[in-house]
Amino acid sequence: MSNQEHQTRWQRWHIDIPLLSGILVLLLVALFTLYSADGQDLVKVEGQALKMIFALGVMLFLAQIHPNTYRYWAIPMYIVGLICLLIVEFFGYTAKGSTRWIDFGFTRFQPSEMMKLAVPMAVAWYMAKHPMPPRYRDLLAGFLLCAMPTLLIAKQPDLGTSILIAMSGVFVLFFSGMSWRIIGVLVALIAAFLPVLWHFLMYDYQKRRVLTLFDPEQDPLGAGYQTIQSMIAIGSGGFEGKGWMQGTQSQLEFLPERHTDFIFAVYAEEMGLMGVMALLALYFFVISRGLIIASQAQDNFSRFMAGSITLTFFVYVFVNIGMVSGILPVVGVPLPLISFGGTSLVTLLAGFGILMSISTHKRMLANQ
Amino acid sequence: MRKTRIAIADHAAEAILFNRRIVFSVIVVLVLFLVLLLNLYQLQVVRYEEYSTRADGNRIKLVPLSPNRGMIFDRNGVLLAENSPVHSLELIPEQVADLPATVTALSALISIDADTQERFYKDVKKQRRFKSISLKEHLTEQEVAILAVHLHQFPGVTLEARLTRNYPYGDLLTHALGYIGKINEKEYQALEAAEVSANYAASRDIGKSGIEKFYESQLHGTVGYQEVEVNSRGRVIRTLREQPAISGDDLYLSLDLGLQLKAQEALGENRGSVVMLDPRDGSVLAFYSNPSYNPNLFVHGISSKNYNLLLNSPDRPLVNRITQGLFPPASTIKPLLGVLGLENGTVTEQTRIPDPGFYRLPNVSRRWRDHLEWGHGYVDIYTGIIKSCDTYFYHLAYKLGIDKIADFMTNAGFGRPSGIDLHEENEGNMPTRAWKKARHKQNWGPGDTINIGIGQGYWQATPLQMALTTATLVNSGGRITPRLARNFHNQQQDQSLLLPLEQAITVIDPNNWAISREAMYRTAHQEGGTARGAFLGATYTIGGKTGTQQVINIAAGQKYNAKAINARHRDNAMFVGYAPHDKPEVTIAVVVENAGGGGSNAAPVARQMLDYYFSPQYNAPTLPSIADIAVIQQQRYDAMLVREQAYAEEAAREKAAKEARKAAELLRKSGNIVTPAENNLPPQTATESTPPPPAATEEKPIDE
Repeated sequence: MSNQEHQTRWQRWHIDIPLLSGILVLLLVALFTLYSADGQDLVKVEGQALKMIFALGVMLFLAQIHPNTYRYWAIPMYIVGLICLLIVEFFGYTAKGSTRWIDFGFTRFQPSEMMKLAVPMAVAWYMAKHPMPPRYRDLLAGFLLCAMPTLLIAKQPDLGTSILIAMSGVFVLFFSGMSWRIIGVLVALIAAFLPVLWHFLMYDYQKRRVLTLFDPEQDPLGAGYQTIQSMIAIGSGGFEGKGWMQGTQSQLEFLPERHTDFIFAVYAEEMGLMGVMALLALYFFVISRGLIIASQAQDNFSRFMAGSITLTFFVYVFVNIGMVSGILPVVGVPLPLISFGGTSLVTLLAGFGILMSISTHKRMLANQ
Repeated sequence: MRKTRIAIADHAAEAILFNRRIVFSVIVVLVLFLVLLLNLYQLQVVRYEEYSTRADGNRIKLVPLSPNRGMIFDRNGVLLAENSPVHSLELIPEQVADLPATVTALSALISIDADTQERFYKDVKKQRRFKSISLKEHLTEQEVAILAVHLHQFPGVTLEARLTRNYPYGDLLTHALGYIGKINEKEYQALEAAEVSANYAASRDIGKSGIEKFYESQLHGTVGYQEVEVNSRGRVIRTLREQPAISGDDLYLSLDLGLQLKAQEALGENRGSVVMLDPRDGSVLAFYSNPSYNPNLFVHGISSKNYNLLLNSPDRPLVNRITQGLFPPASTIKPLLGVLGLENGTVTEQTRIPDPGFYRLPNVSRRWRDHLEWGHGYVDIYTGIIKSCDTYFYHLAYKLGIDKIADFMTNAGFGRPSGIDLHEENEGNMPTRAWKKARHKQNWGPGDTINIGIGQGYWQATPLQMALTTATLVNSGGRITPRLARNFHNQQQDQSLLLPLEQAITVIDPNNWAISREAMYRTAHQEGGTARGAFLGATYTIGGKTGTQQVINIAAGQKYNAKAINARHRDNAMFVGYAPHDKPEVTIAVVVENAGGGGSNAAPVARQMLDYYFSPQYNAPTLPSIADIAVIQQQRYDAMLVREQAYAEEAAREKAAKEARKAAELLRKSGNIVTPAENNLPPQTATESTPPPPAATEEKPIDE
């Protein structure tokens, strides 16, 4: 009975305890790994901790908002995001060869981050309006909703993000019951499209990354350097790992991008396969919780949203670990919740906020 | 309306459909996680060894540590080659953004002359990448201080302190010690071919000549290694393990610094050489070739100005006259030839040969002159040696024949490498029939043998061979291998480098050696002996033989007049000897170029050397201080500059005179008169041109 009341109190605050604990443990792992990866720079770790607290605040705030409100605001958000992407296209701020930001003077805003949530939301809104399984024309509309922002972001160029955004939309279509036949046809189409992508759409540096994947040793000091060094870091970690702050590859700075995209290599070097298994288990726990929330959601919009957010999170994990361990090309995808940086953290926790909203609001509905 | 209806109707089915998709997703997530795990298992467990090794390869670097080169001492332990610290300004060109600008900025701080800069840019082109190149070496303390303050403005520029070779006695021992210098590409390839290049990983210098080159492998030492952990930028984080370098062994020479100083003093401004050996074990006690040069110039990278001066000097200071200078040994070979004559039965102790002032072959009109125009009368072997009678030895040589002479003299030590511990050695020439056939495409003639009788003609020997063959005489046929170095000294043991005597010549009657030695003794001590004047009043006994080697031909009927001919065409004075007579401890050979007669010019040098050797000072030398030596070295260098200036002026005058003569000749000659070219010249000395005695003319006698 008391347990019931306990549960109810957390629910009243719209907090999903399993999800929150999973996230908090991951964030703790992040702080420790970051401390080791970045030369024991406590100031930097504190900064990241503050960003985490801020992102957790955003999560809790978004958890308070009823899913229906999200559904209501899905299209306006999507349109605003699209306009922002167009602004970026024409007036955007350029850094490192990509135009991804709108410069407000005091801060920079990256519309593609917003679209990570706005796209699945808009597609979910559209698909939820129609019964499952969707008709062809609904699917077409759904794809169109995905395609517009995807192409704009791919043009920035930010291939990694554009593919992830496209996938978050496609996941909605998948959960909405798109028939296996269509999925089969789509997979075939994508396979057929790959050569076109290769020859006409991909930049040289992107091609190089893909080529490097197949033989990183071919260019050990150039494109292959990151992959080789991170594979050496992971491999030399062995089963037990070299111990926290003992990883030579990271401590002696052989590992590039070690506090951002390649932080998994730092973790794997120092914690070994045991630590890696624990981390994957932790991620699996969070993903499972997300899928359970999705399956227990009470309306299609919530289901699609929860499913898409969770699977997108999984894709992040898979792509990052895949690229760091040398089975996927190097695309700029951070390890979710662990990599240093505020923007992706806020976006991710915002998504979890929506998950919590879905998870907690239906219960309240049921209780009432 | 329709929408609502359908939605309600399908609610349960939709939930089932959605949950199926969720289940499918979970399966996909699990499978893909498994893929990741399998790959990580592959990396971290299956290929762990490989990646672990590579990680260590990344972080662990071996830094070679250069060994200290073994020092070199004289026989009394006086330091002759030491390692002293120097500071140099070094650059890694690849790390310097704007090389010319940096060099200009640095030369504003400390003076770097154009010559040095030129050499630096040349080095930059030659060096391997990412190796530091010295811009200026031997910085003064003041320069080091200035640079230390400003160094942070110049990335890629460092101040290096290292040990380098210093030869405190400058030019006194150069031809024996040699010098070290930067390893060049060819030497590096040789090291690689010998599979010892790893031992030179930290070394900059290598022995270039002399002892330094000959004993390179033991002087160099063994490279050490430091295992260090570096970061990705190559900065050393910490030292993991260190295997210290093993210093090269210290080398003790047989040479005596006091004798070297004495030799330099005795030769003065004369070109020539003094070599003194211990006939008992082959130790080289004195080894000085004049003029010499300061080896420190080469260690520090000689400037092209200085190098050209040394290379082009008519005095040929770079040539080691003792082992590379070739001279017909002249009358110095007479005692040895006497032994062969006695041994062969050609002459006996009592045989007397008439000397009318010349020698003539039966039925041949040509005469070989004795140096004494009116002859020595009846001459036996003693007089032949004591007075250096040429006719006696013309006769002896003719009777013996070239084959026996060549065989005997080669065994004695002529025409073969002495085996001295130097790479710079010319083996000279002990002519034979086969040699003349191969070299001149002519048969050996009786006249050739007669010239050999007085150590002339095709016979070429180094001063070292003269001292060495004198030792063979002293040892009654036992040939020594001369050694400059006596032993290496290290922690374990002293290892002697001397080689045992080789009984090269065995005679039937050992007394024959004694007869020649007795004659040499009388040469120095008996009235009428050619060396008597030089050894008047000596407190010790010696055996000696003088020699005077003509540099140019004196035509028949003409007389040699030293004052009338070019200074460089004057006779070379020679002396060989040993002392004490009853129990020889040393043999000596002195050659003084273009000085005149051997008795009056070479023997006095030997006298000074032997006086010193037998003085109490020899065993308790009082050596000049390093500061005094430095002053003397500077004076010698200045004197050389003055000499070279005079030579240059003289050469210019001669050239002008020659051109004037040529012009006059051209005016005189209107037709096409062709003069036959003079061929058929025997090999010439390395130091001077020595026209041979022409086969068809009468000769000027050779000795006094």
